[in-house]
Amino acid sequence: MNVNILEERTGQVYEKGQGPFSLKCNLDSLPGAVSQRACVFCGSRVVLYPITDALHLVHGPIGCAVYTWDIRGALSSNRELHRLSFSTDLRERDVIFGGEEKLEASLLELIERYMPSAAFVYSTCIVGIIGDDIQAVCKRVSQKTGVKCIPVQSEGFKGNKRAGYEAACNALIELVGSGPIDGISPFSINILGDFNLAGEIWIIKDYYRRMGIEVVSTITGDGKVKEIQRAHGARLNVVQCSGATLSLAKMMEERYGIPYIRVSYFGVDDMADALYRVADHFKDKRIMENTRSLIKEELDSLYPALKEFRKDLKGKRAAIYVGGAFKAFSLIKAFRLLGMKVVLVGSQTGTREDYEELEAVTDPGTVIVDDSNPLELSEFLKEKDVDIFVGGVKERPIAYKLGIGFCDHNHERKEALEGFIGMYNFAKEVHATVMSPVWRFVPRKEMRS
Amino acid sequence: MSGEYVSTTNACKLCTPIGACLAFRGIEGAVPFLHGSQGCATYMRRYIISHFGEPIDIASSSLGEKHAVFGGGPNLKQGIINVIKKYRPSLIGIATTCLTETIGDDVPMIMDEFKREFLHEGLGPILVHASTPSYQGTHMEGFRLATRVAVETVAGSRPREVAKKGLNVFPGFLSPQDIRYLKELSRDFELPMTILPDISQTLDAPILREYPKIPRGGTSIESIQGMASNCASVEFGFTVTDELSSAHFLEERFKVKAFRMGTPIGIRESDRFFAILEAISGRPTPPWHKDERDRLIDSMVDGHKYMFGKKVVVYGEEDLVTGITSFLAEIGARPVLCATGGKSGGLKEAIKKVTDGILDTMPHVVEDCDFWEIEGLSKELCPDLIMGHSKGYKIARALDVPLVRIGFPIHDRLGGQRILHIGYRGAQMLFDRVVNAIIGKRQRDSVVGYGYF
Ligand code: SF4
Ligand code: SF4
Repeated sequence: MNVNILEERTGQVYEKGQGPFSLKCNLDSLPGAVSQRACVFCGSRVVLYPITDALHLVHGPIGCAVYTWDIRGALSSNRELHRLSFSTDLRERDVIFGGEEKLEASLLELIERYMPSAAFVYSTCIVGIIGDDIQAVCKRVSQKTGVKCIPVQSEGFKGNKRAGYEAACNALIELVGSGPIDGISPFSINILGDFNLAGEIWIIKDYYRRMGIEVVSTITGDGKVKEIQRAHGARLNVVQCSGATLSLAKMMEERYGIPYIRVSYFGVDDMADALYRVADHFKDKRIMENTRSLIKEELDSLYPALKEFRKDLKGKRAAIYVGGAFKAFSLIKAFRLLGMKVVLVGSQTGTREDYEELEAVTDPGTVIVDDSNPLELSEFLKEKDVDIFVGGVKERPIAYKLGIGFCDHNHERKEALEGFIGMYNFAKEVHATVMSPVWRFVPRKEMRS
Repeated sequence: MSGEYVSTTNACKLCTPIGACLAFRGIEGAVPFLHGSQGCATYMRRYIISHFGEPIDIASSSLGEKHAVFGGGPNLKQGIINVIKKYRPSLIGIATTCLTETIGDDVPMIMDEFKREFLHEGLGPILVHASTPSYQGTHMEGFRLATRVAVETVAGSRPREVAKKGLNVFPGFLSPQDIRYLKELSRDFELPMTILPDISQTLDAPILREYPKIPRGGTSIESIQGMASNCASVEFGFTVTDELSSAHFLEERFKVKAFRMGTPIGIRESDRFFAILEAISGRPTPPWHKDERDRLIDSMVDGHKYMFGKKVVVYGEEDLVTGITSFLAEIGARPVLCATGGKSGGLKEAIKKVTDGILDTMPHVVEDCDFWEIEGLSKELCPDLIMGHSKGYKIARALDVPLVRIGFPIHDRLGGQRILHIGYRGAQMLFDRVVNAIIGKRQRDSVVGYGYF
């Protein structure tokens, strides 16, 4: 590999086939390296944000709230409180004398204005420094208003996004268990770790409905407080991807004895596998039959459509850089299905096990990277001569500035990529960017012709 | 909140360091550096990317919990070293965040230590520091401050040479297209300009064969060094305070004559700007610019009836709001609300100045407000048109009123970097867009569906 990497980061890059596998991860970001990572608060916000009927109040100076205002494609079937940005907008005086008073007044004001089903109060870096007791404030306001106020300990500097997932799960578990659970079917699940981007959870929910399974709550996509409060009545937690809600599943297993399975709804194999495993769990003949016919039906219409794309895409090269590594597995399979090769795969916050598994499923020559940065990524893209890069908004200009196609696979996306239909949409998007004639005009390609 | 609300809902401002980072991006070879935790830098990059469609590398000292307790100095130094290694910058613009301001890191002292420990005399990048806790001010204060500290650090260190015939221009936060227009004026008046910051290329860059570590363009260090010896400075923005004014600094310190004026949006303020250019260059306005002015007035006559009395809500940064309000008054529209999340305290006066003699009634002017308040007021005022960045779309949609997008951020349309706001040409483009928005709305609402107007 002929890529310029900061010395301290060399342990976080591995090229398959070059010596025995080893990759350092879960390190602090290197100062000055322009990490693509976010903060604890960001992690919590991602997880809790899609709860549509709760108030999400960011306690801190304005930035943390304003940069997360309505930036995700999490859709709602009823209220849309989550699309508003609430902040205590701390000023100098509050920083000096403490922000508790302002927090309490803000909470009271907003609860009166919106009558939310619950309120989440996120603490940000500065709150961690000035030491506001948000727990106490939440408790007081809960008592005063009858609206449950839940503190989220998400001070940004106390780790990376994954610590934020934990904080969010700790907040969620406070809701679970407080609702009535009578009348819930023995064939019932909670959907965890899906955020209803572009309406994806509705696609998945519909599959479960067709299988004859009751979805008690969706956590947190199109999330509603009342439903989450009943989540302990479900018989199985189906946890998707990234691990954002994994610790909630673990807590629920401990507390309520609800088992969980991990699945992914991206790509054909993983999607089908998810449904089969859920069906398997309930050991019910009818459900199994429904599942089989559902999958057959879906595939019968999907495969011919994919074939068309495959013709054009065969042999093209893809690079993947995502937040959590779990999603990368599904993406690798999805690209294979389209006849494409994955030559680079990386994540912001993958764990050791994640990377080991990635190493196992990738082809020789594939670069695996942890917590990368724009300069590094751009060099990999060039070196590996890729046709498409999959990532989030921050990765997009890296691809475009090199004249490389791009597919947005992050929380901002507006295309549903889950489910069988999602695989079709994904193929369509990949096709649209890879096959566009615009690339013939970019310098990288001009040079060759 | 102008007294009414405690909490902020959908803020109409950004935090201070993002403004500083944007300004540093307009200096050639510079890397913006946020001293704080990782999240802020990442959020800001995402926000900027969504508008410009350009990568923007903002380095961060990535403070963690232990640094918050023991101070971020070592991380800051390590971060600077890594940035130097990786980017070979000519300048590193360091902006603090709420976190590092609150834990009380003494950045100037850390920088001095760093220079002593690691930089041999005269070698390495210039280090510039802007103190930008976001609980003081908005992104505009950050933008102005970063500009000013760059001038203080780079230009302020040089003895004044014999006055040259160059002009310093401090445009404030305008679009890359606006900056390109200023450069065109510099050529046409044969008047060398040092425009600071200059984001015309750095935030609107071409696709290249090699991914540049730092995008090309920006104000060169050399030309900033020469600012003290230029003969005058022009600074746009009525609400810029003396402490934040770069022109003021150069005048006080080096006796460089300062022209501080409004952002040249609309006819009168553009006239003022062209008059200054004529005076300093000693040349008349080139005929093709006069032609642009003539065509603008011609089109204003063609379209005046559509605009007369139309009620408009304007929001955003104070100086942009002032300029747009001035323009709206000129074309016969009636600005009814001028709102900003900033609180310089000067907006009302600025609006008064630019509407005096044209408008009978002053628009409602609100500082330090959020979109919750703007929406409430808009519902009462029933505007025909809304002007501002894309975050007001929700209101426009709720009221079923067209939104003409200007300024930053524009996250829901392509081409925010190519919007021209200033000069006769900018006024022409604004005028066409505004009138067509009104006509389009009328056409959509009409039961007849006229195919001509
Ligand atoms: S902490 Fe301050 S600097 Fe960071 S995002 Fe929040 S407001 Fe901006
Ligand atoms: S201040 Fe802290 S919580 Fe807010 S964005 Fe920055 S790192 Fe995250």
